[in-house]
Amino acid sequence: MAEAFKFELVSPERLLVSEQVESVVIPGAEGEMTVMAHHAPVMTTIKPGVVTVKTASGGEERYVVFGGFADIVPAGCTLLAESAVAVKDVDRADLARRIQEAKEDAADAKDDQARSKAEQFLSQLTTLEGAILPA
Amino acid sequence: MPSLKDLRNRIASVKATQKITKAMQMVAAAKLRRAQEAAEAARPYSERMGSVLANITQAIGGGGDAPALMTGTGKDNVHLLVVCTAERGLCGGFNSQIARLARDHIRRLLADGKQVKIICVGKKGFDILRRDYASMILDRVDLREVKTLGFVNADAIAKKVIHLFNEGAFDICTLFYSQFKSVISQVPTAQQIIPAGVASAPAAAVDGGNAVYEYEPEPGEILSDLIPRNISVQVFRALLENAAGEMGAKMSAMDNATRNAGEMINKLSITYNRQRQAQITKELIEIISGAEAL
Repeated sequence: MAEAFKFELVSPERLLVSEQVESVVIPGAEGEMTVMAHHAPVMTTIKPGVVTVKTASGGEERYVVFGGFADIVPAGCTLLAESAVAVKDVDRADLARRIQEAKEDAADAKDDQARSKAEQFLSQLTTLEGAILPA
Repeated sequence: MPSLKDLRNRIASVKATQKITKAMQMVAAAKLRRAQEAAEAARPYSERMGSVLANITQAIGGGGDAPALMTGTGKDNVHLLVVCTAERGLCGGFNSQIARLARDHIRRLLADGKQVKIICVGKKGFDILRRDYASMILDRVDLREVKTLGFVNADAIAKKVIHLFNEGAFDICTLFYSQFKSVISQVPTAQQIIPAGVASAPAAAVDGGNAVYEYEPEPGEILSDLIPRNISVQVFRALLENAAGEMGAKMSAMDNATRNAGEMINKLSITYNRQRQAQITKELIEIISGAEAL
């Protein structure tokens, strides 16, 4: 039994999760990472993806986040998401809209740097769509 | 002297008005609760954001790679004011208080020979500021259609501001809104958001101790991502505080109006009764004196 630590998932609108958990998988900007208790302090940006939370009581919850930050200290982990929803509540139309917007951004980008950034974001979104919405 | 019929009509109309103000007060009370809940729900995010920011600025230590949004352009010639007000009136001095604060600020800046640009959020502030400073208003954001304020609304405003900043349209950006103290007290506030003044370090000491953080990607890169987001959060918070404040102000304004209407009804009914009595007495006198003459 792994040791539990405090995990908080916060979106600008509200506090989604605040509980003791065993481990959290975070889609970090430079690769996914699993956070467990006594993790070394890390601060990372996150890309659009799925956060998997294994609670201390043994349950597993999954949330979709669209970008944000994670602040990890040995005593706990705080995830500041730009927007976050539970996987089961994901709105297909909303996701499609975001992808559409990302496509437009990529098309409108003025210089190469902006374009590659927008395209990267777009590919992350489409991967996300594939991951959570089979069919 | 108004006739009895006039008085009756008057009383009926005041009663109708009272019903309306009473209903508005109750609606405002219900909305206030919701707005307050929303404001409270948003608090953890901005608090955490503040502590993360403080932490990371400490890590960078004011080095050269801090983004321009934080350090500013080094000038203060052009000021951008983002004035957030309500979309609707009938909320006492709420809108005019914010507008007055903004106007005082503008006057001071103009006296100092600075250039001023304005973005209005909400219709009422636009209406007030348009009278004197129409030429300075760059844009207005309409939130009339928005039922529940979302982060997206704030984000859109913040993006607009940041876009202007990147174009070099202004040097300093100040946000005007009303801070929600309590239902009866809202304090108009001016807050500078660009360059972002970051509260220095105490928050960092609380959670991480003096632990050495690892940053992924580089602190500078995180910061340049974080600062725009922080601006959105500040705008969002201002909008939520405003929404709660507007409802609070509206509630007390409507409460006043209801009470005034009640007083007026009392006064009018006394006049009405007195006049009716006078008329009856007059008729009696006429009858009696007629009988006596016989």
